[in-house]
Amino acid sequence: MNDKHNQLDWMVARARTGRMNRRDFIGRSVALGLSAGLASALFGKAALAQAKQGGTIRAGISGGESTNSLDPALAASPVPINHCSTWGEMLCDVTPDGQIAWRIAEEGSVSPDAMEWTFKIRQGVEFHNGKTVTADDVIATFKRHTDEKAQSGALGIVQGISEMKAEGDKIVLKLSSGNTDLPYLLADYHLAIQPNGGVDNPAEGIGAGPYKVESFEPGVRTVFSKFANYFDPEIGHADSVEILTINDNTARTAALQSGQVHMINRVDPKIAELLKGAPSVVVKQTPGRGHFVFIMHCDKAPFDNNDLRMALKLSIKRQEMVEKILGGLGSMGNDFPINAAYPLFDDSIPQREYDAAAAAEAYKKSGHDGSPIILRSAPGAFPGAVDAANLFAASANAAGIPLQVQVEPDDGYWSNVWNVQPFCASYWGGRPVQDQMYTTAYLSTADWNDTKFKNARFDELLVAARAELDQAKKKAEYSEMAHIVRDEGGLILPMFNDFVDGVREEIGGWVDDPNGELSGGRALSRCWLNA
Amino acid sequence: MHPILRLVVQRVALGLLLLLTVSAVIFLGIEALPGDTAQAILGQQATPEALANLREKMGLNDPPLTRYFHWLGGVLTGDLGHALTNGADIAQSIGQRLGNTLFLAGCAAVIAVPLAILLGLIAARYAGRWPDKLISGITLTTISLPEFVAAYFVIYLLTQLIPVFQPVAMVFPGMGFWAKLHAVALPVIVLVLVVLAHMMRMTRAAILNVMQSAYIETAELKGLSPMTIIWRHAFPNAIAPVVSVVMLNLAYLVVGVVVVEVVFGYNALGQYLVDHVTKRDLPVVQAVGLIFAAVYIVLNMLADIIGILANPRLRHPK
Repeated sequence: MNDKHNQLDWMVARARTGRMNRRDFIGRSVALGLSAGLASALFGKAALAQAKQGGTIRAGISGGESTNSLDPALAASPVPINHCSTWGEMLCDVTPDGQIAWRIAEEGSVSPDAMEWTFKIRQGVEFHNGKTVTADDVIATFKRHTDEKAQSGALGIVQGISEMKAEGDKIVLKLSSGNTDLPYLLADYHLAIQPNGGVDNPAEGIGAGPYKVESFEPGVRTVFSKFANYFDPEIGHADSVEILTINDNTARTAALQSGQVHMINRVDPKIAELLKGAPSVVVKQTPGRGHFVFIMHCDKAPFDNNDLRMALKLSIKRQEMVEKILGGLGSMGNDFPINAAYPLFDDSIPQREYDAAAAAEAYKKSGHDGSPIILRSAPGAFPGAVDAANLFAASANAAGIPLQVQVEPDDGYWSNVWNVQPFCASYWGGRPVQDQMYTTAYLSTADWNDTKFKNARFDELLVAARAELDQAKKKAEYSEMAHIVRDEGGLILPMFNDFVDGVREEIGGWVDDPNGELSGGRALSRCWLNA
Repeated sequence: MHPILRLVVQRVALGLLLLLTVSAVIFLGIEALPGDTAQAILGQQATPEALANLREKMGLNDPPLTRYFHWLGGVLTGDLGHALTNGADIAQSIGQRLGNTLFLAGCAAVIAVPLAILLGLIAARYAGRWPDKLISGITLTTISLPEFVAAYFVIYLLTQLIPVFQPVAMVFPGMGFWAKLHAVALPVIVLVLVVLAHMMRMTRAAILNVMQSAYIETAELKGLSPMTIIWRHAFPNAIAPVVSVVMLNLAYLVVGVVVVEVVFGYNALGQYLVDHVTKRDLPVVQAVGLIFAAVYIVLNMLADIIGILANPRLRHPK
């Protein structure tokens, strides 16, 4: 009994310092004989009751440029993305366990055909400039992102809304086709609600988030101070937070170790093991939805032949890729862009493995003339992309497939190679729900259909699943779609990469969040500083 | 007109012409790079529609010559324009970063130049003996290290082993002078290590060259001490080559330190330039390119003029 007690104390202490996540805590507590509900409550108490106020939390983030802007529509790299979730507040958030948490909206409801959504706007939420957030502001925000001149990264999301209007404290969104996942899409960081939609000055950085922007030097530093009138007392514990752009891996890691910053993103997989042994630093490894891919254009020779595509899919050593390219910080992919981090994932789909004999057979069946198959890759396609391509070529050659790697320069890769050449390395960041991932890149008519995959049955299932309110049916539809992409698509997906962040011990309140690195971009708002 | 004055006027005029040429070359260079600003900004998210919209918005559809002269007109009237990528005022962004660049270069130069010359004099005094070999050995080792290796080494040494400095060397408006100095300590150390050898070796070589002259032998016969001979008689005649090497290194400290800036996250012009080249942000690249070219031209001009002033034969041409 005493033993058990000690064990529990130890776990509570670890939960407090953020060394143990909710899942581990509950798992171990249940093993000790506690009920899951009690364990969950205990974890919440251990992790939250200790929230300390005050101090300055600094994050050193890789992925910021002096070309950055505070306009949320333009956010495309880690620093601007973290900006959006620090000064901005969205209609709703996606929680770490894949649920919707209502923020600017207080509740949402959908019509039975999933064509019309109504959201009730929370009363008394204030912008940093003192104005109250109204339904009109929300509508104006969404409208701004539909304007192509706004260059919004959320254009694809708001385009599906055919009619939007404010009715008192409610907003009503009519869709061009039914979508039960709309709140997940509206939780996108681009869609931070701005006063009057940010039409006058989209880059002024005024929102309703927990921290307000004090100063912003693009590619260098952003300073925020706590917004006193923020509506949610559970979020935003520090007096001020800072984001330092530190693109160099070594400097970022050194800054974390020396305490100049409290948290960093993108710990280099090569040094993650070493950093785990460092004093005062905790390495946080979170399985996410991002993945590294090799993409074939299904409409161009020789990749218009499904046997050849299958031969290539069978000739890649996935486990080796996870170990050598990701340093073990990831998981194997199965040639469709969905993993267990998505709601309604079908885990019964068998894992595709390296099979030289089957690959050789498929290659023979394809009738390919034996001329070299060129795979283009560049160091910037994803971290380790050139090494990964070489590993792929080696295992394919062993199966008798003449795969050859052509290394391209990083500069201009996304304009000259990706989506242009028929076979190249690339990456995807993942999306909060399956529908959005498939709609973005696998629908026949998608702008970013980078495998040129066109399948009528797939399209039909996608549209049906989107408006399906019956979860069991929806899951079956997604499963069939996964099979189609896996067995007929142009996607070779060897691995999903984990988010690997480094956090100092004095940081409390860390939550592992599959929605993105640095606790889904919310580490600065969620965490506090144990002095 | 005094010949020196005439020379300066000539050089300034030539310099301006050179700047104009440089701006045209930069423009052509950016045009020749694959992809344009719109593609670079949108990257993986480029769709034909988004590209067309963005090009329209940024005026990329105008013919290149029109854009070039439009830009040139702006510069001549003192307007550097706005960045295509984030719409920031270029003059303002550059102003702050140029200040940081000059601060870093200045700190490094204040240490490196006197130190290099002193070491050069000592090395020349003990040419071929152990102090010479030690000085040459150490400085040649540090110049041979790639900058980022030297940077990682000092980061490890001075932030992890002996934690006296911070690895990230950003400076901000409102920081005091000493705080700034503390922040840039590591990059300054690296830059000093990198530029020391070149200036030191040149000083040493120039002085040894002069030491072969007959008048030095006379001085020796007169019984002057070796250091006095070097300082009073050899060094003044070795100034011209030393100054030109010093100027080259100063220019390098201003324009060539982007690797050091990146490693230490120092917010100066180099990093700013590289970010904007990646995004093909022409007005910014042009503006920074012009500044860098101007730095080179001015420093080279200074080196020439000082060289002439230091040499009586050139100072009083027949």
